[in-house]
Amino acid sequence: MTFPLADIQIEALAEDAWLLRFGQTIDGAVNDRVHAAAAKLQAGLDHVECVPAYASLLLRFEVTQWLDDDGRFAAERLRAAIAAVWNERSLVDKPAREVSIPVCYDGVDLSDVATHAGMSTEEVATRHTTALYRVAMLGFAPGFPYLLGLDPALAMPRRSSPRTSVPAGSVAIGGQQTGIYPQDLPGGWQLIGRTPMRLFDLAAASPSLLAPGDHVRFRAIDQGEYERLAIDPGARP
Amino acid sequence: MSVEVIKPGLLTSLQDAGRRGYAQLGLGRAGAVDEPARRLANALVGNNGDEAALEITLAGPTLRFQHDAVVALTGGLIEARVDGQPLPAWTSCFVPAGSVLRLGGMRHGCRSYLAVRGGFDGTLVLGSRSSDLHAGVGRAVQSGDVIAIGEHTPASWFRPGRTMQALRWGLDPQPWLDYAREPLALLRGHHWQALDDASQHALFNQRFMVSKDSNRTGHRLEGAPLQLRHPLELISEATLPGTLQLPPSGQPIALLAEAPVTGGYPRIGQLAAVDLPRLAQRRPGDTVSFRETTLDEALQRLTEREASLQHLLQRIEQRLESA
Repeated sequence: MTFPLADIQIEALAEDAWLLRFGQTIDGAVNDRVHAAAAKLQAGLDHVECVPAYASLLLRFEVTQWLDDDGRFAAERLRAAIAAVWNERSLVDKPAREVSIPVCYDGVDLSDVATHAGMSTEEVATRHTTALYRVAMLGFAPGFPYLLGLDPALAMPRRSSPRTSVPAGSVAIGGQQTGIYPQDLPGGWQLIGRTPMRLFDLAAASPSLLAPGDHVRFRAIDQGEYERLAIDPGARP
Repeated sequence: MSVEVIKPGLLTSLQDAGRRGYAQLGLGRAGAVDEPARRLANALVGNNGDEAALEITLAGPTLRFQHDAVVALTGGLIEARVDGQPLPAWTSCFVPAGSVLRLGGMRHGCRSYLAVRGGFDGTLVLGSRSSDLHAGVGRAVQSGDVIAIGEHTPASWFRPGRTMQALRWGLDPQPWLDYAREPLALLRGHHWQALDDASQHALFNQRFMVSKDSNRTGHRLEGAPLQLRHPLELISEATLPGTLQLPPSGQPIALLAEAPVTGGYPRIGQLAAVDLPRLAQRRPGDTVSFRETTLDEALQRLTEREASLQHLLQRIEQRLESA
């Protein structure tokens, strides 16, 4: 079941979940719209959970909150509520938060990435720290950020055979994206560095260092500073 | 008050109604794969329903009760003895301090739920006591674990004694436990159209076998491979429990309670929510087939199921209070 709301498509993914699709590509402008919509809908609708992805937004609701008097699901009422929030101008999206993440650029695949890009390892680090990234979505594992904004010259395909374990804190490149492993995980991305920051901490009030829509900038650090910061991995920039 | 784990069983974990509100950070809900069975087990011990129960997979644990306790067992039909005496399922039972509950093999179904009056008081993580083995939150129960039991008043319907007692009445598992005869209702997924004609037909007509390579994240389904007309280049978007994904192998994966929050495989179907516990109760080696359903039918069955479950939960509460 799909129907248009302005220029987005709404698909009923399950009884209690609609998927709002904004495009079909991994694209910064599309992703910006996803996050703007997520902020609006989260603020304007009660009892819903918004899960942003690259070009789509999952709206998960409680079916029991959207029943008509005769007990039937009130799809039209939910659609109207979404449209009303959509057109509500007072719900402007907040400016994105910027998070700085220190990285020691000494990853095991750094020289491969440099060779693939035809530049020095120093140049890879410089270009990686120059860009401003956007957290397109979190997924794969809790707190794993998929970051858009990688310098196209640094793009490199995933490894043909994934590693069974990539250490927590690894900063990596996978295709056009860059990301950070929040815990020890299997993975096929190219490892260019490591951060002492703890990306996901179940004991923290807000468990994830990053939220969808955040801006991220990397800051190069040397091994000495990595060791100093790693003593207190809970410290957040 | 607490319970000591003498043997953990094949895979036993604490599960409540799940962890809500963290999907956007990459953390799904987890929770019981057969949620009605968990709620009914809680009701039978007089809990309010939010408490964590033990989810038991195929072969059960051995537990020593360090204090008097009131327990109930629902879900898959499992061998259960308290100090050698059979413990009836789907009813409320009193087990005395020091007794040992041995849960053996499951005769039917894949998951049983053991609730205790007061609830199993596991660590509360982000609002839930559910283990999420896929996400690395909590872990399966191990030998030597001592699981605390939450505070509660004594059950009025038992007079504590030295031996196991059971109520004279219990629930009929029939409407709640799947006997693996019926096809499960499946909605067409967004990429169903991308299947070739033979695969579109096969999805709703062939039988699949639940692979032994299945877990709380999902059931892998084995059958004649399904194929797309053309390869699809997809970007990751949300997935849910009940989503039927098609990886390149052509063998679908039906996601369960620990579904990843996003995925990049084609979504060829979405199981009707009422049939999700039924799928979760099919065990490796069981077959499963699907019939096509509509969103309206799926919603109607879901609201009817919720109404009859609420009705039953209330009746259990009244009956326990009047006992």
